[in-house]
Amino acid sequence: MSIQEYFQLVWNDYTLRTITGGTAVLGAICGMLGSFAVLRKESLLGDAISHAALPGIALAFLITGAKDSGVLLLGALVSGLIGTFWIRGITSKTHLKSDTALGLILSIFFGFGMLLLTFIQKQPNANQAGLDKYLFGQAATLVESDVRLMIIVTGISLVVMLLFWKEFKLLLFDEDYTKTLGFNTKFIDIIITFLIVLAIVLGLQTVGVVLMSAILLAPAAAARQWTNNLSTMVILAAVFGAFSGVFGTAISASQNNLSTGPVIVLVAGVFVLFSFIFSPKRGLLFREIRFRKNRSDLQLMKTLQFMYSIAEEHENISHPHAIRILNNFHGFTKTSLKKLENEGLIAINGQDWALTPKGFKQAQEMYNQKPANE
Amino acid sequence: MNNPQLEIQIIAAIVAIACAIPGVFLVLRKMSLISDAISHAILPGIVIGFFITQDLNSPILILLAAFMGVITVVLVEFIQKTNLVKEDTAIGLVFPILFSIGVILIAKNANDVHLDVDAVLLGELAFAPFDRLLIDGTDWGPKSLWVMGIILIITIVLLLLFYKELKVSTFDTGLASALGFSPIIMHYGLMSVSSITVVGAFDAVGAILVVALIIAPAATAYLLTEDLKKMIWLSILFGVASAILGYWVAHFLDASISGSIATTLGFIFLIVYLIAPSKGLIAVLYRQKQQRIEASLITFLLHLNRHEEVRERHINHLQEHINWGIVRSKTVLDLAEKNNLIQIDNNIVALTEKGLLFTEKSLEYIISNKDEKIEPMKEDFFLFRG
Repeated sequence: MSIQEYFQLVWNDYTLRTITGGTAVLGAICGMLGSFAVLRKESLLGDAISHAALPGIALAFLITGAKDSGVLLLGALVSGLIGTFWIRGITSKTHLKSDTALGLILSIFFGFGMLLLTFIQKQPNANQAGLDKYLFGQAATLVESDVRLMIIVTGISLVVMLLFWKEFKLLLFDEDYTKTLGFNTKFIDIIITFLIVLAIVLGLQTVGVVLMSAILLAPAAAARQWTNNLSTMVILAAVFGAFSGVFGTAISASQNNLSTGPVIVLVAGVFVLFSFIFSPKRGLLFREIRFRKNRSDLQLMKTLQFMYSIAEEHENISHPHAIRILNNFHGFTKTSLKKLENEGLIAINGQDWALTPKGFKQAQEMYNQKPANE
Repeated sequence: MNNPQLEIQIIAAIVAIACAIPGVFLVLRKMSLISDAISHAILPGIVIGFFITQDLNSPILILLAAFMGVITVVLVEFIQKTNLVKEDTAIGLVFPILFSIGVILIAKNANDVHLDVDAVLLGELAFAPFDRLLIDGTDWGPKSLWVMGIILIITIVLLLLFYKELKVSTFDTGLASALGFSPIIMHYGLMSVSSITVVGAFDAVGAILVVALIIAPAATAYLLTEDLKKMIWLSILFGVASAILGYWVAHFLDASISGSIATTLGFIFLIVYLIAPSKGLIAVLYRQKQQRIEASLITFLLHLNRHEEVRERHINHLQEHINWGIVRSKTVLDLAEKNNLIQIDNNIVALTEKGLLFTEKSLEYIISNKDEKIEPMKEDFFLFRG
């Protein structure tokens, strides 16, 4: 199946429509909430939470014996939350740093989850097939009820986010100020964390434990490059996330043997790479261009300054001098001279140059200029 | 205990030691998560290495994959330097993308590669004894034992050679460069060793358990000591103990060995986290409670010192005035009386001579902003602590 065929089929084919809808909604909610994780410098919390959710899934299955994804996700939610708060406990009560706490909880919870999963597999009566999909995710197993659950959760978190928008924003950028205004920062913090855990747990079935954090981070990191405004960033991240979901699904559906999760991550990675390079304000490309322009401007001014030091010794500032007395060391080249002439700072006449009154004035005031923002 | 069982335990113990040593330095340098990133990002290196060598234990594959690990570190640092995103986001972006490339490489060549992502990520220690090193038909023991043994020996030799340099560059980068040890060489040296260890160990124990074996022993040891040498020894001890204990737990549950070792590591950490003297949760909470009461006590004594009039020194009035609950006031009063800092006469509280001396002294320290001197002073004055 080619990609065009995919887009023709997507409206009619039940499976394709469900999967595409699911990944798009998932990408949107992760992008939205991931923005908060990225800005709170908690990017890797997502990685830890998704790994920490695994034992919850296994325990929920062991206790209830049900494969209903709602029950399993509830288990994942509980164990993800336990992991998150243990991480908080470690960083706030001991001298261990957050990176150690994250790595510790991540690997230990995951290991415990593996222990439980392998234990379940050896149980004679257990119909365990299907638990593995939470490791790497299988978008193909999404059914309509899963997508409906995703949409409901996304709707709820959207409402909560809009209700607490002001509080979230305040806490994000100035925690102390939020406290002095009398907001319950702990409560707001718990809401944000809870929503992030919820988004991660939702995605486990589709992209799996290992790659979940990338779906959370990548759209937000890409969106961050295009704007300094929180609401724009959240919307952009949601859009990037949704597109990564759709394109990822399209590409993986049109090829054999490609699981959806990794492809979505790579598509999101392409978004990030593109944003890193081509964003007009922060992007590497335009930054390099600006840098070069500044450097050549500086060279020109250096040349102008040297010309000024010669010209100021004469009564007539526009007295012509030979080009020969300029050398490379003063930043003199044919192009730089040409540029100065184009800007009307000097006049060139044959083998001679002369400062114009405008050039003289600019050179004179060069060191007296105040920075523009003062 | 039969031969394969013994071999599995020896391999697990050697992996644990080889991971614990770089782990100590990673934890101290606040770079624990780099090990997580490396363990995922080496996947494309392993796959490409496997295309070339067709052998998971080949030295070429290990070097290729370890090189991939170092590239991950360089990439993360490059992204950090651009200042486009925060440091942790850089890590979080790089490794899932590299891991995805690895997964896709495996999926696209499923017919040629007998390599399973599950196996890379989870490992299976139980199979390690079956892949044996045969030279001229002689059995030299399991291959992974040799691979990890050599990596461990290299690690130990490097540790002994560069112990001083590692120590200085870990705790004081500025001093290290001033003394002429390049912190950059130390940094990349450590990264390379961690990379090689992770690659060597993934086959036996899986990528995630490697992270557990690197971080957990060092973190547990760090709660117990601040001496670098002791910390290394303790980490090795915790690593080996969990490896062997974990093996037997897995044996009885008939479940994944690597998962069981990670769980044991977590269990040991939990115990130490709770009961470690002076840095454990219980000790910290107890100390915080003690400090709260003692701070109240000092406030109370200062209040007494300020007020001569009887009205202000009546027990009930004190309760209302400083706005404490009954229990808290009673605790503070009892503590003060036990320490002979106050005497209560007809419900009127007065400072004793000792109390007066203590109060004046602490007031002096508080005014001159030397609050930290109050702590040793408490040792001198208090018979009973809060």
